[in-house]
Formats: sequence, structure tokens, C-alpha cells
Amino acid sequence: MDMLLLLFTFVLAIFLGFELISKVPSQLHTPLMSGSNAISGISIVGALLAAGLSADSVLGIVLGLVAVICASINVFGGYVVTDRMLSMFKSKEGGN
Amino acid sequence: METVITLAYIASAVLFIMGLKMLSKPATAVRGNKISALGMLIAVVATLLYGGMDYKWIFLGMVIGGGIGTVAAIRVPMTSMPEFVALFNGTGGLASLLVGWAEYNKFLNTPDGTLELVPVIAIFLAVLIGGVTFTGSMIAYAKLAERIDGKPVLYKGQQIVNGVLLVVLLLCGLVYIADPGAALAQPLFYLAVLLSLVLGVLVTIPIGGADMPVVISLLNSYSGLAACAAGFVISNTVLIVAGSLVGASGIILTSIMCKAMNRSLTNVLFSGFGAGAGAVGTGKTATGEVKAITAEDAYYVLEAASSVVFVPGYGMAVAQAQHVVRELGDLLAANGAEVKYAVHPVAGRMPGHMNVLLAEANVPYEQLVEMDDINPIIESVDVCVVIGANDVVNPAAREDETSPIYGMPIINVDLARSCFVLKRSLRSGFAGVENPLFYKENTRMLFGDAKASITALVDQFKSA
Repeated sequence: MDMLLLLFTFVLAIFLGFELISKVPSQLHTPLMSGSNAISGISIVGALLAAGLSADSVLGIVLGLVAVICASINVFGGYVVTDRMLSMFKSKEGGN
Repeated sequence: METVITLAYIASAVLFIMGLKMLSKPATAVRGNKISALGMLIAVVATLLYGGMDYKWIFLGMVIGGGIGTVAAIRVPMTSMPEFVALFNGTGGLASLLVGWAEYNKFLNTPDGTLELVPVIAIFLAVLIGGVTFTGSMIAYAKLAERIDGKPVLYKGQQIVNGVLLVVLLLCGLVYIADPGAALAQPLFYLAVLLSLVLGVLVTIPIGGADMPVVISLLNSYSGLAACAAGFVISNTVLIVAGSLVGASGIILTSIMCKAMNRSLTNVLFSGFGAGAGAVGTGKTATGEVKAITAEDAYYVLEAASSVVFVPGYGMAVAQAQHVVRELGDLLAANGAEVKYAVHPVAGRMPGHMNVLLAEANVPYEQLVEMDDINPIIESVDVCVVIGANDVVNPAAREDETSPIYGMPIINVDLARSCFVLKRSLRSGFAGVENPLFYKENTRMLFGDAKASITALVDQFKSA
């Protein structure tokens, strides 16, 4: 894909990120951080491609496999932990 | 198929954006997280649709990683949340590093392969940022889990060493970027991988445990940027969008944390705050008489109080005292007192740490108040009970211009009618700053383990 287009996407997404999270009540700082941390596990997409398309070299397989393991820990761990924390907050408000 | 995958990526980017937006409001946060997880699922499934994929390594990796992540996430106690967030964050960084490396490896293994300039640079950035995120997070984890000393590690010429390391790293990068296929580029690339990992360690060790809320949010932002770089490596839009969202939100949280400490990011990262008198001053030595109080006397005061404010800090997490604190709060409320919990934005070791613990102990949402809401009415509060908090209630921040924390917004517990400080000893807090609060006229020290002290108070109430 055109690299400039990717750069364009990048810049817009950064600004969008700033707009989305400008005011957050402090009791949600931890869940927000942990939830956005889970999103950063999106590198799993790159890891899947690395693991699935590099069968021609042993190093490639090892790199891909470890990348998938690490990204999966980030994704699964991140979402489950965030859900646990948020569920505790929820019960206080009478089920939302 | 390519079109389907791209459309799926757009859908998943939209879900991430909606999820993140909903995460920033209490009422929608749970659903927001689920929506963002759905976005992740769609991105993963779409990626698996690419042709020519070898699925065995993928499934092996996902089963191992998913298993480890899920089990760890279910078993971790709420008090250990900061270090686990750091741990998960680190693995994300490492994944981005490996994605960059794998792409370079693929290029080396392809005869007559070519690599455009942007991916070449992006590979280097993914390795650099991913590496720093990984080892930096591991050090943060070790400090938070107290596997290593949480005090800043400082030595002479530290900035110079880090600076030289960075210059060498960039030189490696330049040679590699100039011609990634050259014989020299390969060993230098591996050296860059190694140095990035070393750099992550070196930049995190000088940061003290009390500054961890800032560091964790910053590393969180880095992991997003690393994912972003990985997105440029493989020209993948969903990686770029999701990575930038995380990068931006992490930077915002970081700046909120810095503001709450009245310090600049540079100051947090480089000053070695909390190393003791060597690096920064500790402020005037407080003088006066320390007045201790027994649990029994404290009970009589609390029993007569009509408004009580608990101010928790990291010590409450260490003592795991949140449940007994809530029990005491309930007894006080039943006794007719107005009970509130005042939480400082940087109390604890990660953003919002105390809120999570108090929520775990079923403290009603309405009883939690923020610093800016409690300070204007603090003079009408009968008793402030400080549980394992120190720097965030240190009046030197208001009164003593020589104190290193001067100017930091604090909860003004010293202005309440009376103030109980639950503490093991008179030792100064994490930052090593003298705390004149202990010597104030209306302060009473209740020495001992926070959990034991609160339990003693609860027993007094129950036997009365």
C-alpha cells in the first residue's frame, strides 16, 4: 500500500486517540490503561503473519512462534484482567 | 479475499475506537471492553484468512500464550494489578520487536529480495521501541512486585552512559537503514536488538517506585507506538490505527499523572526522585512532638465523629487492608457518621490503583471522592484517617519551599479537625521526604500494621 496513505492514517489515528481520551474520571484510569494495553496486543496480527508465512527458515518460525505467544499473552491477559476490574466497578452502580 | 480482509480490518478499527470511547465512562466501560475484544477477534480471524498461511505454529502459539495470559489474569489478586499490567504490556512490546525482526529475517532469506525505505526504518523502530517497552516493563514489574529494590538506581555518569548507548544504537540503525542487505548491516541489526533491550533496563532503573504510575502509563504508550511501527513494517492499517490510539491515550494518562505530581515528564524520567538526600533535598527537618494514640482512644474519637474521611495510599495495598477498611467504614456509617474515601490521583503504584482496591472491597461508588472535591470541605471533617499514604498528604508540599515535593497538589488532611495517621514507623515515605504532618498539633499516630490497627478498631466497635 502507498506509504503516504499509511502515514496519513497514522496521523489521523493519533489525533483521534487524543480526542477520545481527553477527560477520564480518575476511578477509570486503571481499567482504561489496562484496556488500552490489551488493544496494543494488536501486534498479534503481525505475529500471526510472521508465524504463518515464514516456514522457510527455522529462525523465522521461532521468531513468529514466540511473537504469537507474547502477543496472545498480552491480548488474552489484558482483556480478562480489564473485564475483572470493570465488573467490580459495575456492581457498585446497581448493575450499570 | 483481500477486500474482505481489509473491510474486516475497518470494522475492527471502528470497534476499537468505540470500545475506547466507552471505556472512558463508568456506565459503559464494561461493554466498551467487550466491544474492543470483539474488534480484536475480528482482526485475528481476518488475518487468518490470508492465503498460504501455515496454521500449526499459529495455533500452538495462541494456545500457549492465550493459556498463560488467561490463567494469569484470572488468578492475579487485585493488589498485584499494577505489576501484571506492566507484565502484559511488556509482552506486547516484545511481540512488536519480534514482528520487526521476523520481517527482516524474511528479507534476508529471500534471494534478490527488496525492502522499501519505510519498512526498513519501521523495522528498526519496532525493534527499538518494542525492546525498550519489553525490558522497561519487566523492570517495572520487578520493582512493583518487589522482586528487586524499588529505589532508584543511580550512578555517576548515568546520563552519559544512556546517551552513548542511544548514539551507538542510532548509528547501528543508520548503517542498517542505508543498506539492509549489506554484510555489515546484519550483525549491527542484531546489536541494535540487544542494545534496545539494554536501553529499556537502563532508562527504567533510575525511576523510583512512587513514580511508577507515570512510568506504566508511558510504557503503555510505547507499546502502542511499537505496534504502530510493526504496522508500517507489514503495511497493515489496523495495526497502525490501534497502535496510535493506544499511543495517544497512554500519553494523555502520562500527562495526567505528571500534573497530579506537579512535575514534568523529564523530571520523572531523569531526576532519580526518591534516591534520598544524594540526588535531591529532603526538605526541612520537621520538629515538634509526635503524639501516638492507642486503638482504644482512637475508637472513642471515631465513635463521636460525625464525618470521617479515609485517605488510602500504597500502604493499604501492601497490608491488604481494603476489606477491613470498608468494614470499619460501614460500622462508622451505621453509627451515624458521614463516611468518605478520598483518593489522590497518584496514590498507589498505578493510575487509579486505590479505586480498584476499594471497588474490590465493595466500597460504594458514591463514597469515593476526588482530591479536588474533598479539599474545599476538609476543614469541616472531624477525622481524617490516613492509611498507608504519605507523600500525597504531606503538607510540606504546600508550606515548605525547600521540599522536593513543594507545589504538588495534596489532600489537605492536616486542615481537618483531627487526623489519624496509620503507619508502621516514623520512616519517611517512598520519596524519602520529611513529613511535617506527623508533628502537627491535631495529628495522632496509630503505629502498627494498617490491617491490624483497623481490625483493632473494628473489634472495639463490635464489642461496644
